[in-house]
Amino acid sequence: MVAPLAPVKADRDYRLDLFRGLALWLIFLDHIPSNAVSWITIRNYGFSDATEIFVFISGYTAAFVYGRAMQANGFVVSAARVLKRAWQIYVAHVFLFAIYLAEISYVAQSFENPLYTEEMGVLDFMKNPDVTIMQALLLKFKPVNMDVLPLYIMLLIWFAPMLWLLLRSPSLALVTSAMIYTFMWAFDWNFPAYPNGVWAFNPFAWQLLFIFGAWCALGGAARLQRWMNSPFVIGLAFAYLAFAFFITMTWYFPRLGVYVPRVVGDIIYPIDKTNLYVLRILHFLSLALVTVYFVPRDWPALKSRVFWPAIVCGQHSLGIFCLGVFLSFAGHFVFTEVSNRVIMQFLVSALGIAVMVAAAALISWYKIIERQGTGPRPPAPKPGYAGGDA
Amino acid sequence: MTGRLPVLLVMLILAGPALAAEHPAECQVAAHQVENIFALPHVAKAIAAKHLQILVLGAGSSLLPGGGGEAYPVRLQRALGEKLPGVEVTLATDVKPKRTAVEMVKALPASLASAKPQLVIWQTGTADAIQSVDTDQFNQALDKGINTARTAGADVVFINQQYSPRTESMIALSTYAETMRWVAVQQEVPLFDRFSVMKLWADLGTFDLYSATKKLDIAERVHDCIGRLLADLIVEANKPAEHNTSGGR
Repeated sequence: MVAPLAPVKADRDYRLDLFRGLALWLIFLDHIPSNAVSWITIRNYGFSDATEIFVFISGYTAAFVYGRAMQANGFVVSAARVLKRAWQIYVAHVFLFAIYLAEISYVAQSFENPLYTEEMGVLDFMKNPDVTIMQALLLKFKPVNMDVLPLYIMLLIWFAPMLWLLLRSPSLALVTSAMIYTFMWAFDWNFPAYPNGVWAFNPFAWQLLFIFGAWCALGGAARLQRWMNSPFVIGLAFAYLAFAFFITMTWYFPRLGVYVPRVVGDIIYPIDKTNLYVLRILHFLSLALVTVYFVPRDWPALKSRVFWPAIVCGQHSLGIFCLGVFLSFAGHFVFTEVSNRVIMQFLVSALGIAVMVAAAALISWYKIIERQGTGPRPPAPKPGYAGGDA
Repeated sequence: MTGRLPVLLVMLILAGPALAAEHPAECQVAAHQVENIFALPHVAKAIAAKHLQILVLGAGSSLLPGGGGEAYPVRLQRALGEKLPGVEVTLATDVKPKRTAVEMVKALPASLASAKPQLVIWQTGTADAIQSVDTDQFNQALDKGINTARTAGADVVFINQQYSPRTESMIALSTYAETMRWVAVQQEVPLFDRFSVMKLWADLGTFDLYSATKKLDIAERVHDCIGRLLADLIVEANKPAEHNTSGGR
């Protein structure tokens, strides 16, 4: 086996914060239903979407932050920290669920339309809150757009033991993760959901991207460097992005569909998001390769003010993610109760992002004053800062 | 499926002059959304034989509540009668609220046996999304339903979900809509994209789909347009010369 690899560089890679921040904005825009602004988001132009970016970078920063903690304090302490983080995310999820219930209850009271008697059946679950709320606390009942945090909880619980392996043999850890992904496809592994079906983001599938991110952080990226700079590989990535773009266009313009040979359709469809179909992974990897190629780590613009709003959001991802989910509920509420004109959609989108940036700036400020407030104590080896939140 | 407005507007402008003028303008604005590249051979034979029997298989959104208003199936029958002079168009329905695709497929053989249709209009996907039915099961039910109908000598046309702005943040339609689209392409079944049509009406302000109301007027106009556009799709499907042209209708 390969010798253990430590995190390669200790200084902060702002690209991680930047792209995680952008992913958070895109997730917010995509989560507002019927939002005209969401046509700019990447899911409309290829197979993968902002979720892949978010999960990969979260894996990368988790390895970076907790990897160092593990080297400094040992396995038990850092694993305990990872699990504490999972608990915080669980609390955040339950909090968002409470807000969701509030919105739903309001809609149930105020809405009636003979066109939509069938659709209003979705509110039936309010008739037996005893079951529904219990199932929500067990992470089995997950309303629309509230699937990401439960996934994140599972990823972190799994990450605690994997970190041990990652620090000893990163490649073995990656192979283990890929095997679980393969078994998931072979044996249909997933967690059950309520009232039917399975988790919309299958943790057995998505852990691959998370662990791959961690692997990259722990020296894997350095090992891939030769490949990542090869013009041939970059060309391949571009070609694949172009292919995915064309296929995506056939969804919006069915007439183009006749140019997709049946064999190709049979092979590529369905492009499964639940189980993170391999074409989605390839699309994300192509995007990442092209991005890393054109945006070097030491790109001076990364420190400019233009990117600061996205970077500061990326540095406080959990808080800003939750806020984004809340804001998308609120945005939809504004559309239904006030106005859904296109100008309003732009306004709500811009305002939402502004609120996310302001909140992120506020969290940064709190962190600074808390650090000052603790007085002359020696700075604890706190994981929070090196690569943003995990 | 959100955020297609700019694209749609461009398409609308391009398609504008080519539109036929036989329907009320409010229906017509979405006519270019009704695209189909697949033929309906059983329907073609039935039209040639001057008798077309239709079976509508559906759930709650194929009905209007209280029985007061006419839902789209009756309006489709009437529109087809107008478009196909001399052809007798008859209608049977197998419509019950809150049914999933699996439940509909179970009821299908009996309905096929009693109605003996040449065309099955199959509206589904909403109850499945609400109950978050396993997508593999949904997919298999669609395949099975198509095969059952074809074995009984009928073509199938899919109708996907309604665009329902109020409940959009509560029902995750997209997976089920995509599954329907995929099965439709694979099985060469025309898909009436009700979601996009209604979305366009909402975006353009043709119909106010946001408002809370007990009145049936808008609901009836929506169903009327759906019936008429559906009739267009069925008639156009049997004009082979147009299948491979890339221009607008």
